[in-house]
Amino acid sequence: MDRHDTHRIRARAHGDPHRTATTPRLRRPRPGLALRRADRDLRRLPFHRPAAARLPDVGLGLAAAGGNQGINFPQNYQDAVTHRLFWDSIRFTLLYTVITTVILIALGLGLALFVQESTRWKGFLRTAFLVPSALGLASASLLFYVLYSPIAGPFADLMKSWGITFLGTPTGALWSTIFLIVWRYAGFYMLLMLVGLQGIPEDVYEAARIDGASRWQTFRDITVPLLRPTFALTTIMCVTGSLLAFEQFYILTKGGPDNSTMTIVQLIYNVAFQGQNDLGVAGALSVIVLLALIVINVFQLRAFGRSDES
Amino acid sequence: MTTTVPETTRAIVAPGAPRATTRRMPLAFGIPYWVFTGALALIFLYPLIWTAVSSVSPLAGTSQTDGWGFGNYAALTKYQAGIWVYLWNSTVVSVLTVVLTLAISLLGGYAFARFSFPGKNALFLLTLAILMVPYATLLIPLYVILNAVGLQNSLVGVALVITMFQLPFSMFMMRISFESIPKELDEAAMVDGCSSWGALWRVLLHAVKPGLVTVGLFAFLTAWNDFMAPLILINDSNRMTLPLAVANLRGQVQGVVDYGATEAGVVVLALPCILLFLILQRHYVRGFMSGAFKG
Repeated sequence: MDRHDTHRIRARAHGDPHRTATTPRLRRPRPGLALRRADRDLRRLPFHRPAAARLPDVGLGLAAAGGNQGINFPQNYQDAVTHRLFWDSIRFTLLYTVITTVILIALGLGLALFVQESTRWKGFLRTAFLVPSALGLASASLLFYVLYSPIAGPFADLMKSWGITFLGTPTGALWSTIFLIVWRYAGFYMLLMLVGLQGIPEDVYEAARIDGASRWQTFRDITVPLLRPTFALTTIMCVTGSLLAFEQFYILTKGGPDNSTMTIVQLIYNVAFQGQNDLGVAGALSVIVLLALIVINVFQLRAFGRSDES
Repeated sequence: MTTTVPETTRAIVAPGAPRATTRRMPLAFGIPYWVFTGALALIFLYPLIWTAVSSVSPLAGTSQTDGWGFGNYAALTKYQAGIWVYLWNSTVVSVLTVVLTLAISLLGGYAFARFSFPGKNALFLLTLAILMVPYATLLIPLYVILNAVGLQNSLVGVALVITMFQLPFSMFMMRISFESIPKELDEAAMVDGCSSWGALWRVLLHAVKPGLVTVGLFAFLTAWNDFMAPLILINDSNRMTLPLAVANLRGQVQGVVDYGATEAGVVVLALPCILLFLILQRHYVRGFMSGAFKG
């Protein structure tokens, strides 16, 4: 298919004067009219060949963006896999996922143990740890964008005198983003861990105490094994969420410096909407990611399930 | 602030036996413990406090103001369409999402809990299956489909996308809410002459109110904070939502970022979320605990 079709579809959406009479016009409904128009368009959809014909193409990795409806099955996938940033972004996404998952689960459990008992002070701590999770990920990222800034941030003077930047180097950008994510999600994982801790029956601890187990033995031989279902849930959530990281990198680094923090979703976004404007290849990338996620999740469920039986 | 709020968390986090946990894993008390956890709390609260304070202070490097005051907020009204337009757009998306989510999940939850119809279980599983498909991998299909039906670049399209992703959690929550009400209640209402609609409106609605609050709260927070759907679907600067508009502050003048205005924007974005969180903390925690929240 014609690579430039994607340019045309976006140009059309912006009222390109070169639009011909036969090309379906993509409307820009005003909010007040949008519902009525949506209704009209939905009713017309089955008879609206050029638009309707595009729908099934995406999942198959075919020509996604109007114009020629040719089949690009091997081509789009070939282009996706041979994209110069494909393997780099996979490698970076996996690295980021491993680090965040390990930190968030360890910290979540640690915080949960700290605030487990019910006192007024611990209630305050719980609230303090949880407040960041009320923020949207984009808001939190913007907040840290200012916090990390070498001009306005609270560490600006420190950064100047030590000659460091948070987001300027690949390693700095990675760890700065991880710190933001840990700040935003630690309370959330703490809460999930607290729920898990609640599920452990009290008499197990009672028995351990009677047997004279030390605090560390109790933790290692009772708490950790009995928290396995919670570990399974939190790990799967954290891995899935991290593999699909986008907003934090889009706002903080845009994939930079020098493409060093390019996650796979950021790559999909760039391929689809920046520069190349290739929805077909981006669709192929999405399908690859979706399949990989299914495989990874099945693998995780198996792993947790099996160790449950033993 | 800290006297009542922790009580609500405790009630949920340790339902039934809040005291039983006290003897479970007693970690060290004393001054080191207080100092350490206090420092931890400070690390978590510091970014929020710093942003709130410096958004009205002369500290924020490149802002347009020199002294204390709301200059950064005033600057927000001057960027592109101005913050009022973006606030309005965000409100439209949030209200639409909340209303749609509440209506669909109320009726859907009622249907799944009380009626039997062919394909009921398959349909419910299909709804839950949306949870398995991550947002990000649907970017391209969503863009193409909304383009095809003329809802690209429209706030309604954004609200529909967000609503769809809110539905599995909401349906699940409402089904559980309805199933926790004894069936005798609506049977009694029907004996007294109510239709199933009447039973829902007059009797059951009141009973599922806690569930509705949770569902509405999560729908609002998701819609208010959503970044990806507007980023992909909206390309008209008059129709951007607030998170997108604040993120775009960075690209206004080549190489110059108005950090002060960005801070003010973050405060405007975060304030409703934090207030709602503190007021409805119990519901927030319960929503997390039902485990259907996408991380």
